[in-house]
Amino acid sequence: MSAITLNNITKTYNKGAVLAVDDISFSVEKGELFGLIGPDGAGKTSIFRILTTLLLPDKGSATVVGNDVVKDFHKIRGIVGYMPGRFSLYQDLTVEENLNFFATVFGTTVKENYDQIKDIYVMLEPFKDRRAGKLSGGMKQKLALCCALIHKPEVLFLDEPTTGVDVVSRKEFWEMLARLKAQGITIMVSTSYMDEATLCDRIALILGGKILSLATPEETIKAYPEKLYAVKSSNMHKLLKDIRTNDEILNCYAAGEYIHLSLKNATKENENSLTKFLAEKGESDLVFKETTPTVEDCFIRLLGNTDGNSN
Amino acid sequence: METVIKTKDLTKKFGDFVAVDKITFEVHKGEIFGFLGANGAGKTTAMRMLCGLSRPTSGEAMVAGIDVYHKPEEIKKNIGYMSQKFSLYEDLTVLENIKFYAGIYGLSDKDIKEKSDELVEKLGLQSQVKKLVQGLPLGWRQKLAFSVAIVHQPKIVFLDEPTGGVDPSTRKQFWDMIYDASEKGITIFVTTHYLDEAEYCDRICIMVDGKIKALDTPSQLKQNYKVNNITEVFYQLARTAKRGDD
Repeated sequence: MSAITLNNITKTYNKGAVLAVDDISFSVEKGELFGLIGPDGAGKTSIFRILTTLLLPDKGSATVVGNDVVKDFHKIRGIVGYMPGRFSLYQDLTVEENLNFFATVFGTTVKENYDQIKDIYVMLEPFKDRRAGKLSGGMKQKLALCCALIHKPEVLFLDEPTTGVDVVSRKEFWEMLARLKAQGITIMVSTSYMDEATLCDRIALILGGKILSLATPEETIKAYPEKLYAVKSSNMHKLLKDIRTNDEILNCYAAGEYIHLSLKNATKENENSLTKFLAEKGESDLVFKETTPTVEDCFIRLLGNTDGNSN
Repeated sequence: METVIKTKDLTKKFGDFVAVDKITFEVHKGEIFGFLGANGAGKTTAMRMLCGLSRPTSGEAMVAGIDVYHKPEEIKKNIGYMSQKFSLYEDLTVLENIKFYAGIYGLSDKDIKEKSDELVEKLGLQSQVKKLVQGLPLGWRQKLAFSVAIVHQPKIVFLDEPTGGVDPSTRKQFWDMIYDASEKGITIFVTTHYLDEAEYCDRICIMVDGKIKALDTPSQLKQNYKVNNITEVFYQLARTAKRGDD
């Protein structure tokens, strides 16, 4: 049985003026770590709020562990954990008080389910008497995860848990998720960091309320339609400008240390004529090679097929 | 090379806590300077001192040729500032925002008119000028915020995580704007959590526990730490942090 199903879910705001979720259907299997990957405004939070029964869809149906999000909302609330994008714990309660509060609301105790949160809580323990509002970003994030886990949920919904968090804390957070997944918990997580996508079992790339692609990270990358090249030289900004003046270029943009580009027609001759063109433009220390696309490359490619939603 | 930011042993303490611990560095005119560090490393505190918003506890700092102790108000006229969290007034229109900022920075009515037209055209926002900013897609809002932050042609613009949450295509377009500003001689001082963006900087500085632990070009840093990308350099340094991010 699927842990989560969505069938033709649509959600609008402002009396239909804003289309947030546009006829979306997919399912998430039990024990899967499923990623919703997309920028702010893509519709990720609306999907989370519909699945956690906090928002009614305009159209379509959805289930969580076999329960309908409209009819069985009460049952769903008892078996899911939800970490909203905005910090939503009680700022003037301490770490310990917040945790006790959430345990009590779900009819359990911290003691009874301590093993569920132990790994994460040990990092918070030195601050257990500190008010939640006075915690740092990384610590707030850990406390919110503990509060979402304290009733041993079957499904965990995490809405942008790593936004604004530095790389080291982000890595630690994903290590925590891997351990939760190993315990059999189904996890649906959203992020705007493309590099986190590869840590999911399957990813949905989402923009403007629509799913652009849904597959494993490996399949997503494999589906990239063109040959992709990586180029660098001693003056990257000049290089990017020069490349843009070449008619054979389909797409090009800065990608970390390299510029990534694809050709309208990726033949050996065209590769050679491009390197010759760049040499004539006076690029020094030129490196030109074929490269494997990342999820970010795939996303940019799919954005190119939409009508400029990202401007 | 003209120096636009120069600090020596710049320090900020909050009680016993040393948020920024004797940092010494220089930034040159037109340079894109990446300011990196884990949450709590002291980046925001350092940036606030350089913007004239927070008085240092000790040490020296000159920003755009102005001493941060004596004339913090003067600094504000010579810099621009943009952050992901706050930049534009959401309940003002596009045009009202541009006019408001240009006015605040002391541009004449004639210049405000010229600048607004130029900016609207450059961003392709002609059809949006009378719309409230809150209705604009985030990517447009961020590009507009950056343009507004440099509307008075400041010597330096401080960007505090300017690209958080936007799609990768818009992020790339935003960096094109940064490059253009730098070519016009505006110095860019930028913080980010996207470490691929660190590669686009001329030099980067990595802070750990209030101190500068590394400062060099991206390629030199990778060579020094014998790794392939800046993320690895960052991991190696940030893991040495003792004070954590509390």
